[in-house]
Amino acid sequence: MRRRLVVIGNGMAGARTVEEILARGGGDQFTITMFGDEPYGNYNRIMLSNLLAGVEEESGIFLNDLAWYAANGITLHSGRRIARIDKYAKRVYADDGTVTPYDKLIIATGSRAHVPPIPGISRPGRGFHQGVFAFRTLDDTRAMMRYTREHERAVVIGGGLLGLEAARGLQNHVSHVTLVHAAGHLMNAQLDPQAGEILRRGVERLGIEVVTGARTTEILGKHTVTGIKLADGRHIPCDVVVVAAGIRANVEVAEASGLEVERGVVVDDQMRCLDEPDIYAVGECVQHRGQTYGLVAPLWDQARVLADHITGRNPQAAYHGSRVATKLKVAGVDVAAMGLKEPEREDDETLVFSERKKGVYKSVIIRDGRLVGATLIGDVRKVAFLMQAFDRGLPLPEERLELMFDLGAPPAEVSAAELADDAQVCNCNGVSKGMITACVADGVKTVTGVVDQTRAGKGCGTCKGLVAQIVEWAAGGAIEEDPAASWYVPGVPMPKPELMRVIRERGLKSVSAVFATLAPGGEEDARSKMGLASLLKMMWDDEYVDERDARFINDRVHANIQRDGTFSVVPQMKGGVTTPAQLRRIADVADKYGVPMVKLTGGQRIDLLGVPKEKLPEIWADLDMPSGYAYGKSFRTVKTCVGSEFCRFGVGDSTALGIAIEERYQGVEGPGKMKLAVTGCPRNCAEAYVKDLGVVAIDGGKWEIYVGGAAGAHVRKGDLLATVGSADEVITLTGRFLQYYRENANWLERTYAFVPRVGIERLRRIVVDDSDGIAADLDAAMARAVAAYRDPWRERAAPVTPGQFRPSLPLIEQPRVPVRESVPAGTPGPVVPTAGSPEWEA
Amino acid sequence: MAGMTTGHRLGPLDDIPVGEGRAYAVGDLMIAVFRLRGGGVRAVSAVCPHAGGPLADGLVDRRLVVCPLHQHTFDLSTGCSTTGQPPLTVYPVRVDADDQLVLEM
Ligand code: SRM
Ligand SMILES: Cc1cc2nc3c(=O)[nH]c(=O)nc-3n(C[C@H](O)[C@H](O)[C@H](O)COP(=O)(O)OP(=O)(O)OC[C@H]3O[C@@H](n4cnc5c(N)ncnc54)[C@H](O)[C@@H]3O)c2cc1C
Ligand code: SF4
Ligand code: FES
Repeated sequence: MRRRLVVIGNGMAGARTVEEILARGGGDQFTITMFGDEPYGNYNRIMLSNLLAGVEEESGIFLNDLAWYAANGITLHSGRRIARIDKYAKRVYADDGTVTPYDKLIIATGSRAHVPPIPGISRPGRGFHQGVFAFRTLDDTRAMMRYTREHERAVVIGGGLLGLEAARGLQNHVSHVTLVHAAGHLMNAQLDPQAGEILRRGVERLGIEVVTGARTTEILGKHTVTGIKLADGRHIPCDVVVVAAGIRANVEVAEASGLEVERGVVVDDQMRCLDEPDIYAVGECVQHRGQTYGLVAPLWDQARVLADHITGRNPQAAYHGSRVATKLKVAGVDVAAMGLKEPEREDDETLVFSERKKGVYKSVIIRDGRLVGATLIGDVRKVAFLMQAFDRGLPLPEERLELMFDLGAPPAEVSAAELADDAQVCNCNGVSKGMITACVADGVKTVTGVVDQTRAGKGCGTCKGLVAQIVEWAAGGAIEEDPAASWYVPGVPMPKPELMRVIRERGLKSVSAVFATLAPGGEEDARSKMGLASLLKMMWDDEYVDERDARFINDRVHANIQRDGTFSVVPQMKGGVTTPAQLRRIADVADKYGVPMVKLTGGQRIDLLGVPKEKLPEIWADLDMPSGYAYGKSFRTVKTCVGSEFCRFGVGDSTALGIAIEERYQGVEGPGKMKLAVTGCPRNCAEAYVKDLGVVAIDGGKWEIYVGGAAGAHVRKGDLLATVGSADEVITLTGRFLQYYRENANWLERTYAFVPRVGIERLRRIVVDDSDGIAADLDAAMARAVAAYRDPWRERAAPVTPGQFRPSLPLIEQPRVPVRESVPAGTPGPVVPTAGSPEWEA
Repeated sequence: MAGMTTGHRLGPLDDIPVGEGRAYAVGDLMIAVFRLRGGGVRAVSAVCPHAGGPLADGLVDRRLVVCPLHQHTFDLSTGCSTTGQPPLTVYPVRVDADDQLVLEM
């Protein structure tokens, strides 16, 4: 028999808890009845601010409509208040006299606006003075919006989060808004005075008048509100007053029914009321370990624990409290705060950055190497990162400044929890937050698992951090460590250094040999082939046993596959320097083959786009130029500027050096693309500061070498590796750095991630100062790679594999197999079609 | 034996390098045939349901093909996508006594 579950309160916590219970199969265990004081289904209270501000429609804020309750077999009594619980008889009594029995009870009554007893604020027996409003419910908001249609000046009492959002929202309805705050600065619960001051300026810039240190002593006006009076005697005229002076937990029902109540209904770690095995409480009405909360994040945590416990899914589930961050939802003023607002102990480390004029303020407080507080105003890009560090006590970056600013690493701009479900997270593959959370809900609990299934993060990669955050958030901390995260490729369970050691020890020279020897069950893995092929080529050069099927299509046909299955052809044009003869040849080829588009690339060369696969060999033959490797995870281009040869500012021959570098390292494979540049002076016309390796000529015949720069999906200025006195040294250090990168970077890890991971100081010690004594080995390994270079376009003469250049789509040129020409199946021979499966095993 | 089914000769097995795929037009159908490393052939519809990618150009292992355009993956025996795309059609294919690829219809 199903047990009777009764829920008092149909707000955010009550409804969420029921959702969590249903998700754990609770629908089969319980018949559920919910009581809600408000006359609606469940709506998103948070969005009332947006509703007031006019950026959200009323219809957009409902979370569960009545159909949802019906579909899940839930009896909803909306608009019915529970007055009392009889915990001995196990019944609840509603205001209208109805009695409902329960086996399990959940109290989720939330809280209400706290209205201080200011003279004139209400009329005996009649509630609020006309023109005075609280800001808690949909009805409050509707009433406010209706009333302000006819009125002009509003005063908001209370300069906390809610008051600020109310003030901003009211600007949408009245022409003048004054925010009156009793404390010395705005959001004093979350901010220190300096931050409060910067926030005040931001708020004033929006046109809201702010009065701090102002205690309201009276609401003026007999029939309608005419103004308020302050303790210092000042008088602020207005015709609307909104009170946002804090909240109080709705504990009356619990209290009247003999449950333990302090500031909230007291619960244990299972969200049970003290000494009441069958009564739980959740949400803002709760006091847990002495703490009450006024934000939604904690109640999501509570709801999960409660659901785990009540359904028996995990009787050990325990709530340990939440570390909360607040964010202000006021367009034009970004504020985020968490933990301490000021240092408390002498040895608390603090960092403060303040740029008053721009309205930017950032502070972080660190104790014993852990983040214990942070405030961001005006620029909240680091909030997701800080929140994670704060929440989990993660170790902090050595470079403390990275807590406040993005020093190159991919940014994570929004936090997972606050993204809307339909918000597109992966802009390359069109994956929304909802699709990711659904995948997690289906049981995939690792980041890589979710990435594989949804393709989120497999495009430009900028969203990877956010995807990981969403997975963690959706898994509610139940995220599983993905051992594969440290592996070089998913199919062979080893990190790169170990993998390289074993490959060398066992002399594994082909991808299939690696699978056979090192993969679990000797099982090959399609997604690992390309990475292994690249690694083996790097390790064995000429000795590498090249299996064509391990290559990605681009590397099988030496061109870049395009959306319609055709390819692009980019001939080498070293340093971006070409000749009239080359240009003529390219033009002739483009004409002869009707190339659909000829385009100058961002890499200073010419792209012939839309070439059918079968035409590639002929085009290469006619071009008779080497491949530019615009398709591979390999050394790509060296961009150059005109340099000292022609430019009046040039202090070094950047063109010659760029060509020399490209000539030497052309085509060398690596874990990721390697794009270089040489520029003739610090004006940097060749964009050398933002290249994997960029060389800048400086006065005095010297060259600066920068590494780890990027201006693609991520933008990062490279770190100065060395300043050297000759072009030869540049070439040597370039080779040595690239070789170190090739040997040590993870598959697809570009230098913009690799360099900060290793650290520029360490790289400099190894590559420049030879602290590890491996410089000679690196140079020798690179020399072998250079010697092993063959122009792949030479394969045009004789295809390496049958049908190497046969089209895969579209199949117009294809020799068609006439359907009529059929042979009988089962002709004698070793033919064993496996029953039920369309396969044939040799 | 349940009588004779008919099949269509696609050509010699050796037209497909080990571990790779090649595309065939059979009547109006476009079919990608893969010759697996370790033996076995598989045939599936040649056009990726995601955005029309050429599956015959994809990387494969014993189980999966990875589309070269956006790396969606499909089970070669069932046609089902492991990355949430619509399924491929699977065609029964075998190698006959003369090492010819035969597609059963
Ligand atoms: C042709 C070109 C655009 C153009 O018309 O100018 C181009 C085209 C492509 N880029 Fe690019 N990139 C081109 C210059 C760049 C540059 C600028 C540069 O090289 O100076 C960048 C920024 C620098 C960098 O690499 O970071 C650039 C950053 C990217 C990225 C982002 C890499 C990153 O991690 O930040 C990708 C995606 C990737 O690598 O996964 C990408 C990927 C691609 C691919 C190969 C997408 C693909 O895998 O199919 C595009 C091929 C289109 C096609 O159908 O052929 N392309 N791409 C440029 C070729 C340059 C060349 O001559 O080789
Ligand atoms: C304008 C506004 C903006 C906010 N913005 C944010 C924000 O940006 N971020 C954030 O984290 N939080 C925000 N909050 C706070 C957030 O809305 C609350 O933390 C959350 O709603 C608490 O959920 P709850 O279920 O505990 O309480 P509630 O959502 O208040 O639900 C309690 C429900 O129980 C009903 N009830 C009470 N007593 C009884 C009874 N005896 N019988 C029957 N029903 C009863 C009430 O009518 C109510 O519907 C905001 C709040 C407001 C008002
Ligand atoms: S060429 Fe580069 S930027 Fe343009 S669509 Fe392709 S990957 Fe994106
Ligand atoms: S077309 Fe195949 S994955 Fe997109």
